[in-house]
Amino acid sequence: MTGYDVVFVLVGLVTAGAAMLTVTSKNLVHAALHLAVTLAGIAGVFLVLHADFLALVQLIVYVGAVTVLFLFGLMLTRAPIGREALDSQNRGLGLAVAGGLFVTLSALIVMAYGGAERVTPQRVATEDIGISIFRDWVLPFEVLSMLLLAALIGAIVLARREAGDSGEAQDQTIIDFGDAPRDEQGGPGATPAGAGGAAELGSGDTTTSAGERR
Amino acid sequence: MSPLGPLLLATLLFCVGVYGIIARRNAVLVLMSVELMLNAVNINLVAFQNLVWVGEEAVSGQMFALFIIAVAAAEVGVGLAIIFNMFRNRASVNVDDVDLMRW
Repeated sequence: MTGYDVVFVLVGLVTAGAAMLTVTSKNLVHAALHLAVTLAGIAGVFLVLHADFLALVQLIVYVGAVTVLFLFGLMLTRAPIGREALDSQNRGLGLAVAGGLFVTLSALIVMAYGGAERVTPQRVATEDIGISIFRDWVLPFEVLSMLLLAALIGAIVLARREAGDSGEAQDQTIIDFGDAPRDEQGGPGATPAGAGGAAELGSGDTTTSAGERR
Repeated sequence: MSPLGPLLLATLLFCVGVYGIIARRNAVLVLMSVELMLNAVNINLVAFQNLVWVGEEAVSGQMFALFIIAVAAAEVGVGLAIIFNMFRNRASVNVDDVDLMRW
């Protein structure tokens, strides 16, 4: 039992506990904060394994950016809080599948690596990682930059409002099965197209955009 | 240090992620569980790089982990945009409610 093992067990226990709290927490914001603890714990695991650069990237990208993004997502969608609202009916199925998978995989891992010799983690210098990126992994690196650009544009296009925010009435179809604000119109052709219909359409559009802005 | 510990921790995190995907209803929480699974894979890759195939020339394990981190960040961005769209159209982020394209 070397110092590596002791530190790894401590960090691993924190990580595993926080991960379980992430998927069982009743409060959405608590779940996101537990996820942040889990990701920070994984950065700690990387540090124990002597992957310093990766630990820092994990801290910056995940704990710094992704967690904040998740918190924004939770606050913008105003989901209800409580176990019944957050969990679906198939918790037993999930428990069975996850438990079976864990037993199977850990048995396989213990069979394959149970007798592996203990080695001291090998430090890979950040310099070597940089050289390796631009010598061995140039093509994946460039493809990844294209992927990031595509994801950036895609996220903007998806999250943007539909065209027609500038005031002109736009006939948009709103599929709502929940309590979304809906246009109270009699139907197509119920009101003759005129000033009244246009005003009604305009008012309906304003309520829709007010509902979106909540 | 034996590779058994990191591998078992990664297995546990992966299975916790599987449970979260199956059991959660909120789409944002499902996305969080996906992140847990991706991070479990990262632990595996780094453990194999630094404990099993020590001294490999191209630092493949850590490179794969870096690429996975970048792809996961892009995935979170697009996924949250899709969830916002879903919330705008359906006033709900429950994955049970989005069954328009089922069968």
